[in-house]
Amino acid sequence: MGSLFRSEEMCMAQLFLQSASAYDCIRELGELGLVEFRDLNPSVNAFQRKFVTEIKKCEEMERILVYLLREIKKADIALPEGEVNPSAPLPKHVMGIMEQLQRLELELSEVTRNKEKLQKNLLEMTEYTHMLRITRHFVQRSAERDTAQTQYEEFPVLERESVMDYTSMQRLGAKLGFISGLISRVKLEAFERMLWRVCKGYTILSYGEIEETLEEPVNGEPTRTVVFLISYWGDQIGQKVKKICDCYHCHLYPYPTSNDERAIVKDGLHTRIQDLHTVLQRTEEYLHQVLNNASESVFIWMIQVRKMKAIYHVLNLCSFDVTNKCLIAEVWCPVNDLPTLRRTLEDASRKSGATVPSFVNRIPSNDTPPTLIRTNKFTSGFQNIVDAYGVGSYREVNPAPYTIITFPFLFAVMFGDLGHGTLMALFALWMVLYENDRKLKKTRNEFWNTFFEGRYIILMMGMFSVYTGIIYNDCFSKSLNVFGSGWSVKAMFKNDSFLLNMTHTHSFLTLDPNTKGVFNGPYPLGIDPIWNLASNRLTFLNSYKMKMSVIIGIVHMTFGVILGVFNHLHFGRKFNIILVFLPELLFLLCLFGYLGFMILFKWAAFTAQDSSRAPSILIHFINMFLFNTQGDSSQTPLYTGQGYERVRRSSEEDISLMRAYDLEEGSSLESHSSSSDGQSEEFDFADVFLHQSIHTIEFCLGCVSNTASYLRLWALSLAHAQLSEVLWSMVMRVGLRVDTTLGVLLLVPVFGLFAVLTVFILLVMEGLSAFLHALRLHWVEFQNKFYSGAGTKFSPFAFAFLHTSFENDGLL
Amino acid sequence: MTSLLFCGPKLSACLLVLSIWAVIMMAMLGIFFSTHSALLLEDVPFTEEDIHDEQTALQNIHRLFNQVGYNCFIAAAIYVVVGFVSFCQVRLNKRNEYLVH
Repeated sequence: MGSLFRSEEMCMAQLFLQSASAYDCIRELGELGLVEFRDLNPSVNAFQRKFVTEIKKCEEMERILVYLLREIKKADIALPEGEVNPSAPLPKHVMGIMEQLQRLELELSEVTRNKEKLQKNLLEMTEYTHMLRITRHFVQRSAERDTAQTQYEEFPVLERESVMDYTSMQRLGAKLGFISGLISRVKLEAFERMLWRVCKGYTILSYGEIEETLEEPVNGEPTRTVVFLISYWGDQIGQKVKKICDCYHCHLYPYPTSNDERAIVKDGLHTRIQDLHTVLQRTEEYLHQVLNNASESVFIWMIQVRKMKAIYHVLNLCSFDVTNKCLIAEVWCPVNDLPTLRRTLEDASRKSGATVPSFVNRIPSNDTPPTLIRTNKFTSGFQNIVDAYGVGSYREVNPAPYTIITFPFLFAVMFGDLGHGTLMALFALWMVLYENDRKLKKTRNEFWNTFFEGRYIILMMGMFSVYTGIIYNDCFSKSLNVFGSGWSVKAMFKNDSFLLNMTHTHSFLTLDPNTKGVFNGPYPLGIDPIWNLASNRLTFLNSYKMKMSVIIGIVHMTFGVILGVFNHLHFGRKFNIILVFLPELLFLLCLFGYLGFMILFKWAAFTAQDSSRAPSILIHFINMFLFNTQGDSSQTPLYTGQGYERVRRSSEEDISLMRAYDLEEGSSLESHSSSSDGQSEEFDFADVFLHQSIHTIEFCLGCVSNTASYLRLWALSLAHAQLSEVLWSMVMRVGLRVDTTLGVLLLVPVFGLFAVLTVFILLVMEGLSAFLHALRLHWVEFQNKFYSGAGTKFSPFAFAFLHTSFENDGLL
Repeated sequence: MTSLLFCGPKLSACLLVLSIWAVIMMAMLGIFFSTHSALLLEDVPFTEEDIHDEQTALQNIHRLFNQVGYNCFIAAAIYVVVGFVSFCQVRLNKRNEYLVH
């Protein structure tokens, strides 16, 4: 049972695993995720390790599985949806899986190859058909013209674009040849120019474009192709033309000599294309079926192979003992889990049927163990934001349990708005209620994942913001009057302080709380709603929020200093309590605790009657530093006997600092000399002196700057309130102030705009800003009082971590 | 018959959430305006003449309050219709999701 207070006690243990049952033991450990393995062979590189052949086998299987998964995904077959967790296979089952995988791969590649060949054939047939169809036009034209030009047969005219009939050219004694084929559209102009240059006009090129686009079988891209027909005189020209066609990767097809031949060829092609279509369809169906059958088991095999590979990696980290029959592994194990570890090893040895059981042996170690803090789904978010600053050192006090409350609270102080808090809490509540919905868990969107992981944090932040919204009495920049205001304007009229004509002459009137009946006591919960109508609202709220921020800051920092006591006690440095903790606390409380006391005292002791002579806290604080007791006679003392108090307090803090210096060094010297028998390091006085003086200066200056840093609580809440008010007055008021009958229709889109701007500016932007500043206050101002955060996180060997990498590969 | 679906799944879900929020907020604003809450005074479109006339100043302000209140209620009603339409869109989208393509 873990506790959030500090990290768990860890121990180093040695596992002695029988060679026969080593695989099973590691498998069981992987399912449980108990221990972290250390590398006992750091100097050996990956190719020289013991189990490298098994890992190679696993990778071969993984390669085939990845190929299969890609094919399955291409064929749009859905993978099984359920949560499966098959255990890693035993070595004797591995051969079976390997055989099946290889068989599947062979079959699949054969079918795919066949399909590609068929598709290539189909393409050729289709191209041939197109070619025949289009060149028919060229031939037809020449047939028509033939009848009109019978008298010019002797002298063929070259500039005509049509092709000469074969018979007429024969009479001239020259041999007319035809080459026909297809070429891609983009190459056509270059092809034509090359033909003209090379053959010097002894060729005629006619071409026609194919209307539909043909798909290339290689990469499936649609290309536009053009059918061409070249007619040439002479054999040598024919060779040149053939060579040029080869260069340009044309698909050449035999040109039919007569119309009858053309018709016969066309019919033949037609039937063959039909056949090919049928065959292709059958092949696709068969492929689909094969993939379907495979998909059920491929997913399971993938997980099994991954687990096996992980086990062999871990086995590679172990070392063999001298007799070579036993594997030794060194692990970090939580002390509380040692019995579970023993039991697991016994069970695994028994299951694998080994004669000698594997056992575990705890050994002492000088290395710093890793830090383990057990969390559940609620606390893990807060632990993560603490770990983001730095994982705690071993057995150090953990700031996370306090962060569960203080972080949402500080956020809420900066965000306080009832309406916005409600919206944020509802959004987080929806995420929490639907957290088991698979679609929400598995989206790949980074932003969404961040929000989803922090859903409990957002829920807490929203709920606390509702509370601070009630205290600030702010709901979408309007106050709620639940209990009835404590201020009465009527009383001002009754006492004749206000006259009726003053409402016409004065634009602002001041309510005087000293007049009878005007101020009837404070509002029961929160800020009085009448301040929403006051013009000096910000003057009042600023003073209130600044003082509140300083008080919250001093309390938070004092708490941090007190938490340091637990660290001092635990690590056996009792002298630190007197030498570090006590001076720190004294300094903090004497200066800033006194400031907090003055704030609270002034709030309590001075009333509206005394308001004219109330002293300024800041002036008194500064005078304390300057020892200015007689200084301003106009400044009345805050309380009687104030002068003496100031002197006493400031001298106290000086003394405490000096004591801290001397005693720290003196006592460190003692403790070091007493423990130096076992230690080889020497005690370095200069080192300790320097370290301590730096720490003292850092703490003192840090106190001042950190207290001022807490004023961001005031600043951000002011910014939020003002943004909210501006949004209402510039957007919503426009919609509400229209008094025409059509004005109501304007209100509908105005509200939509108001809602969108609220969500994006006030919820998202301001929310992120307040989150960041609250986080900074925790990380810097709170944690540097006691937290060092120099540890490493405990990362056990667990198969659960493999699943996440599986999805990241994009295979799911 | 043409498909009645004109919003995608995300748009219809956003519209549904917006409509629910709008109905609640507009209804509450309507109630607060109708009870003449003083804190909403600046959102009421009163003019100088309304205030100057001392006898009827109060009635003028109250009348304006009521008018804005009615506006808010009508807007809430319009958003109920929008919400209903977007709810139907959400249901249609869900049904399409289960169809096998």
